[in-house]
Amino acid sequence: MSNYIVQLIVIALGSSLVSNVVLSQFLGLCPFLGVSKKVKTAAGMGGAVIFVITLASLVAGLLYEFVLVPLDMTFLKTIVFILVIAALVQFVELFLKRYMKTLYQALGVFLPLITTNCAVLGVAITNVNLEYDLLTSVVNGFATSIGFAIAIIILAGIREKIEFNDIPKPFQGMPIVLVTAGLMAIAFCGFAGLI
Amino acid sequence: MNYINILIAVAVVAAIGLFIGIFLGVASIAFKVKTDEREEKVLSALPGNNCGGCGYPGCSGLAAAIVKGEASVNACPVGGEATAKAVGKIMGVEASLNKRMVAFVKCQGDCEHTHLDYNYTGQNDCQMLNFVPNQGPKSCNFGCQGYGSCEKVCPFDAIHVINGVAIVDKEKCKACGKCLAVCPRKLIEMVPYDAKYLVACSSKEKGPATTKSCTIGCIGCGLCKKNCEAGAIAVDDFLARIDYEKCVACGVCSDKCPKKSIVRK
Repeated sequence: MSNYIVQLIVIALGSSLVSNVVLSQFLGLCPFLGVSKKVKTAAGMGGAVIFVITLASLVAGLLYEFVLVPLDMTFLKTIVFILVIAALVQFVELFLKRYMKTLYQALGVFLPLITTNCAVLGVAITNVNLEYDLLTSVVNGFATSIGFAIAIIILAGIREKIEFNDIPKPFQGMPIVLVTAGLMAIAFCGFAGLI
Repeated sequence: MNYINILIAVAVVAAIGLFIGIFLGVASIAFKVKTDEREEKVLSALPGNNCGGCGYPGCSGLAAAIVKGEASVNACPVGGEATAKAVGKIMGVEASLNKRMVAFVKCQGDCEHTHLDYNYTGQNDCQMLNFVPNQGPKSCNFGCQGYGSCEKVCPFDAIHVINGVAIVDKEKCKACGKCLAVCPRKLIEMVPYDAKYLVACSSKEKGPATTKSCTIGCIGCGLCKKNCEAGAIAVDDFLARIDYEKCVACGVCSDKCPKKSIVRK
């Protein structure tokens, strides 16, 4: 039992810091670059992604284990997971609109855009490929999305400061952001010795 | 090739799709939000810039407030007369019209009329100047520093730093008030669109000090006040101020001003 808990912690640390979903797996790059202009929206996006990925890994895990495996239809996982994720995002949108109007308005168009965040699908597929059980899947999903939130909030913080810098003309706008993201990825390599 | 497998695959995906469809359908009924349909109509009548000039969070915030009756139908400073009328029509009330206002920078101390006390090589942002000696290199410690915080924040491309001083394009200005909030020296003021004569100086220093730092600054001599027949001008803190309600736009103040600080727009 204690072995299992240690394993969960290792997985959580690993997928949030060591193999960070954005900075070392290169998943979910479009919201990472697109929504990282202000810390506030970045934090909102991070929160929404945490919610969706955690829920998606639970539902996708359930579907895989109790529908696809018994029917011997595991090759359908990609298409089924995409269906599930799209539906979940829709559901989250409906839910937030009803019960958390302010958060819904703060997230705006980025909420439906989570559907196209490949990190969500990436986590679901990884869970299945590494044959994680249900609890491990959820923990892995949660940790991965925490990693996403950390990365996007740090980048947004740096971008807010970059605004004031004197950047050479060819590097203005997206290029300097990509350079920054690259340096962040190198910095995150420092976590490699953690486990 | 096993055809049954294909059929099962189709059935599985179709079943999951069907289930999700029903689930979302039920959810959308269960979580239905009652929105006043006028709210959407009002929202589409508003300009949609989400500038926040009305004080509500974006156009949708204002639309909700108008429908609830918290805001008046002419609360949008950007849309002006046309928007107020359109919104009034939806809400079924006659819109009493606000006077159109525009932003005005109370400074004309450009590079010709002022000089630099020292060379500043820091960040190009007005907010940073609070931390440097004399709040910036320009000789006048009250005027526009020309680092363009207002230009950056303007959603309508209506304010530009030209020759070291910010100038508002009166036609493009929608009076959202963002530049007023961002200017660290509070140099920008809302004035009526049709105000003819404006004091383009903010220096509260005594005459000699103002003259030393800017050749076109108000020295508080009071000639304009003496000559104004309408009694629209007051001079406090060595700075003339025009009451736009009383001003009859005769132009005497501008003619008499020895420093040409009062400009005609």
